[in-house]
Amino acid sequence: MALARKEAIQIWRDPRALLIILTMPILLMALLGYGVNLDQNHTPLCVFDREGNQQSQNLLKLFASNQYFETRQNLTSYEDLIDSLDAGRCTLGIVISNRFSKGLHEGRELGVQGVVDASNDNTANLITGYARQVIEGYSDSVQADYLRLHGITSGLEPVSFEVRTWFNDDLDSRNYVVPGVVAIVMAVIGTFLTSLTIARERERGTMEQLLAAPVSPLELICGKIVPFFVIGMIDALICIGLTIWWFGIPFRGDFALLLFATALFLMTVLLMGLLISTIAHNQFAASQFAVLLTFLPSYLLSGFVFPVDQMPRWLQIVSHTVPALYYVTALKGIFLKGVGLSVIGGQLAALTLCSLAFFFLTLYSFRRTLD
Amino acid sequence: MLLRIREMLLKEFVQILRDPRMRFMLVVPLIVQIFLYGYAANYDVNRVPLAILDLDHSQESRDLISRFEASRYFIVVADLTNPDQIVDVIDRSEVVLTIQILPGFAQKLHDRRTAPVEAVLDGTDSNTALIALGYVNEIGRKFALGYRDHYLSRVSPGLLVAMPSVALEQRPWFNTHLESQWFFVPGTIGLMMMLIVMTMTAFTIVREREIGTLEQIMVTPIRSYEFILGKSIPNFILALAQMAMIALIGILWFQVPFRGSLGVLLLGSVLYLLSVLAIGLLISTVSSTQQQALVTSFFIVLPASILSGFSFPISSMPTVLQGLTYLDPVRYYLVVVRGIFLKGIGLDILWPQMLAMALLGSILLTLSVVRFKSSLE
Repeated sequence: MALARKEAIQIWRDPRALLIILTMPILLMALLGYGVNLDQNHTPLCVFDREGNQQSQNLLKLFASNQYFETRQNLTSYEDLIDSLDAGRCTLGIVISNRFSKGLHEGRELGVQGVVDASNDNTANLITGYARQVIEGYSDSVQADYLRLHGITSGLEPVSFEVRTWFNDDLDSRNYVVPGVVAIVMAVIGTFLTSLTIARERERGTMEQLLAAPVSPLELICGKIVPFFVIGMIDALICIGLTIWWFGIPFRGDFALLLFATALFLMTVLLMGLLISTIAHNQFAASQFAVLLTFLPSYLLSGFVFPVDQMPRWLQIVSHTVPALYYVTALKGIFLKGVGLSVIGGQLAALTLCSLAFFFLTLYSFRRTLD
Repeated sequence: MLLRIREMLLKEFVQILRDPRMRFMLVVPLIVQIFLYGYAANYDVNRVPLAILDLDHSQESRDLISRFEASRYFIVVADLTNPDQIVDVIDRSEVVLTIQILPGFAQKLHDRRTAPVEAVLDGTDSNTALIALGYVNEIGRKFALGYRDHYLSRVSPGLLVAMPSVALEQRPWFNTHLESQWFFVPGTIGLMMMLIVMTMTAFTIVREREIGTLEQIMVTPIRSYEFILGKSIPNFILALAQMAMIALIGILWFQVPFRGSLGVLLLGSVLYLLSVLAIGLLISTVSSTQQQALVTSFFIVLPASILSGFSFPISSMPTVLQGLTYLDPVRYYLVVVRGIFLKGIGLDILWPQMLAMALLGSILLTLSVVRFKSSLE
């Protein structure tokens, strides 16, 4: 315990590091909570109506009144359309042919061109989806009018799909992403807190003193972990508090369970940091390991924004070695679905396993240093 | 002066490259990362897991189900037998979507009334849900139109022939196959390089300070800007080589098309590395311990990657944050790499981004030299 106090005093003496550690979650949550948004509203749209009569205008009105689109420009040539897309003034260009109304009248199958800037393929996918819905809606109403005109009044809509969306009614991407931010912040802060501690003692030459002192490796590990665990939990509470009360992300689960999962994850990342610290020769090497193992894996492989089940099989296996994956899954489950231990028990067991593994590896590597 | 810088460069290079562990660290993690993240960063939605509850057991309901089975966007993982199971499979995230065909489905179709199909969508992953919703509606519409046309062909085939229809002809530009990888691999390169360069540079000066070798260097006749140059040029050259390596992997392995000019890409990369290097240096000059440097650099790296437009479109951010993104070099570089790789655009369009990176880089470099000087006195 004396060791823990020494460590705590050391942290206390460096007010800037402490200030950063405590303000970082607030700033990060603010930036991430506001900056993270995958939704596409008001997509800039350019239209090139080569006909310009009643029918084509009716179709374009549907675009104008749609919340996903915002008509920016009415163009008069194909070249203008290319220019607008190249310069990024619009993301979607709708081209209506000059035989549009004639074709409708003659009962042809008509195509309306939708040119989309697909360099961001996700946005492009969503935008073409919305555009298709608008055009198909138009087509359906044209066909219904046509059939009614010819005396067919029933069975115009044989099937209707009633889709109910659970957990996230408006499909707001913020609800999906923000709980995961807690995991990223914790993964980075947690590992960073401990990753330099042992390496620093070694670099400054105080490691020998520490080893000569009558403490066992187990006590040493506890002494190093406890103060940071306290700081880490404060950070976690700040993050979770902001998520619930500031960003208003629905919280449907059990708070105690959330705390338990958080403590478990924090333990895992602190121990991972400590392990890095005992292996690395100096602080620089330790920091490089910590950077390598925390930020990008927990950003890209944890299911934070990129769904793991869409990855190739081999990569899914790799993802399961990233502790953040389990915590992100647990967070999203507890927050949005309100699931209990029966559903996320596996995740918690995996986290326990990870932290035990890190603990014994650290212990082993300490013992080796001693000899 | 040049001689002094050269001597220092030599010393730095030797220090970095003589250590076999360091040589390993410079190459291997980078390659592993580009392979992992090149595949991981992906918004494509295929094989959405689906469960089906068919309470009608009719020819028609099986026809509808077979359309979901045939779609490459869905994979039917469970056949449910009663409605209570829906909550369970969704809670456990075994499926994202359930389709429920109620009894009387076929009867309603025959009676020419609207037959409802109920679907439950797990909205937790809003992006996947949104795309899956689009596919559901598409399959449903095709089925409905197919059924209607089948009926029309029996009662009045003439009507069907002259029926107008309008469809979207989709023309995705720059990325015709809507490949997520094409979009993300160039971005991943930018992100990885920022991370590496910034954290490496952030340690340079503070490390010498903490070990106590900074004093030794300061009593030599080297000037502070020479010292900073000597510290950053090796990192810069190494980073440029690393970048070329992963860009090559992106082109050769991930088959990202390279449509622009190599010269413009080089210019953009040089300016980008310069600006992130400058941020790292500034961090190093304002930190007194390596721990501070590490924590501070992440204070910058995290927001910089979120605000860069790498995974979250800048146009969807609130105005204040959009303003902040202009301070983020990654933002400019992503426009440059994506533009050069996918669109093949040149300096005539990319000059504002280049200028912004150059400005950011030179301001920050000047700041760190000034700051370093004052910290010595």
